[in-house]
Amino acid sequence: MSNDEIKQTPLFELHQELGGKIVPFAGYAMPVQYPTGIIKEHLHCRESASLFDVSHMGQVKLTGEGAAQALESLVPVDVIDLPAFHQRYALFTNDEGGILDDLIITNAGDHLFLVVNGACKEQDIAHLQSNIADQCDIEVLTEQALLALQGPKAGDVMQRLAPEAADLVFMTATQAQIDGVECFVTRSGYTGEDGFEISMPADKADQIARLLLDQAEVEACGLGARDSLRLEAGLCLYGHDLTTQTTPVEASLLWALSKVRRADGDRAGGYPGASVIFEQIKNKSAQRRVGLQPQGRAPIREGAEIQGPDGTIIGRVTSGGFGATMNGPVAMGYVNREHSEVGTELNAVVRGKLQPLTVAKLPFVTQRYYRG
Amino acid sequence: MTKKYTEDHEWISVDGDSATVGITDYAQEQLGEVVFIELPDIDKAVDKGEESAVIESVKAAGELKSPASGTVTEVNEALNDEPGKVNEDPAGEGWFFKMKLNDASELDGLMDESAYNDYVESLG
Repeated sequence: MSNDEIKQTPLFELHQELGGKIVPFAGYAMPVQYPTGIIKEHLHCRESASLFDVSHMGQVKLTGEGAAQALESLVPVDVIDLPAFHQRYALFTNDEGGILDDLIITNAGDHLFLVVNGACKEQDIAHLQSNIADQCDIEVLTEQALLALQGPKAGDVMQRLAPEAADLVFMTATQAQIDGVECFVTRSGYTGEDGFEISMPADKADQIARLLLDQAEVEACGLGARDSLRLEAGLCLYGHDLTTQTTPVEASLLWALSKVRRADGDRAGGYPGASVIFEQIKNKSAQRRVGLQPQGRAPIREGAEIQGPDGTIIGRVTSGGFGATMNGPVAMGYVNREHSEVGTELNAVVRGKLQPLTVAKLPFVTQRYYRG
Repeated sequence: MTKKYTEDHEWISVDGDSATVGITDYAQEQLGEVVFIELPDIDKAVDKGEESAVIESVKAAGELKSPASGTVTEVNEALNDEPGKVNEDPAGEGWFFKMKLNDASELDGLMDESAYNDYVESLG
């Protein structure tokens, strides 16, 4: 992709003004960090509240009576009975049971509101268009920006700016006014911390972002810390921990497969790859995603092969780096099921040398969602 | 004592046939916050251009290539506990290792400080 094809979010000027180090990400010029640095940005989010620009992500509105039923034909999740102003994590699957993308579905009352990954949004939209355009209206909200306010003090900030949104519990949503701007606020995020995602008109994003940054608790946080925060929280990054080659069962995302859509449910199957997924639920998959705790100080990164006790390759690292809260390296990856028990001692191959690592419970850092 | 620089952003400070090696401020800035350093073994013979130390930052893994050939005589053990010294003071406390040079004339092709500054400037 050449430079002139790199898009900017409505906050591009603000990122530059804040001294953000701008890199191309998912087709957008995004701040990987600010002068504060990734480690301090990460720690600030765990201690106070941090503002992330996630406007590169895709926001899609599905309208029409058949929208929920239509969407259920693409995801292994209960959409029809999702209560108004509640959210659910979901996955677009393919015919092999592989994962095309992960997303959040919100029942926004008179429509469904979808947030999909920036890097996948074009294909996701095409997927929706080609499969369910005859059953509902699909509107891509290109004129909406998306900000995430994350951290234990995010609730205090919201209480001050939009009290009506501060009462939300994890994975619920409301319409709220912030600084006179009509926003759609959800109590969600991808850091493992309490927090909010705020969708607003693109031309108001700069105003809202500056207001949030003016709050004493809030600092700007770049994509680098976003990655280490979500990794410590045990959350998957699409394209790395989840791909078309991994199924929800292999990805240890059974919790995301709604009961009603399982083999013995009232609305069993009816989404791409259901038979593969049912088979794997019944007979278990050969591999599964696990947390991996490197025993040394060296980060073990994506792509490193994992060896079992006898030296055969039994898995690979799909995300790995430095966890600032853990003050050490953390990783996750896929290993053969017989080596997936927590506490199993394995080795990763890093620059030709073996580095010991142990299968670890996820998340590394306890999730602190607000449940009321 | 003379100090020379490589195009890969290492510095080497030479006193007779012994030298100290590290990475430049530009290099640490590009790498980001350093979280782990793997130093060479003492007495290891290194070739000019050989990857002699591993530098892991929050963002990526990099390496230090030895600016000259010789034998490692001392390593900066302090970096094991405080790898961040490479960011804070790359030209001083953030040094990597000391070595005995095989041939001091190998350094003739390296840049002096003003040439290196121009080189960094040219990288934009």
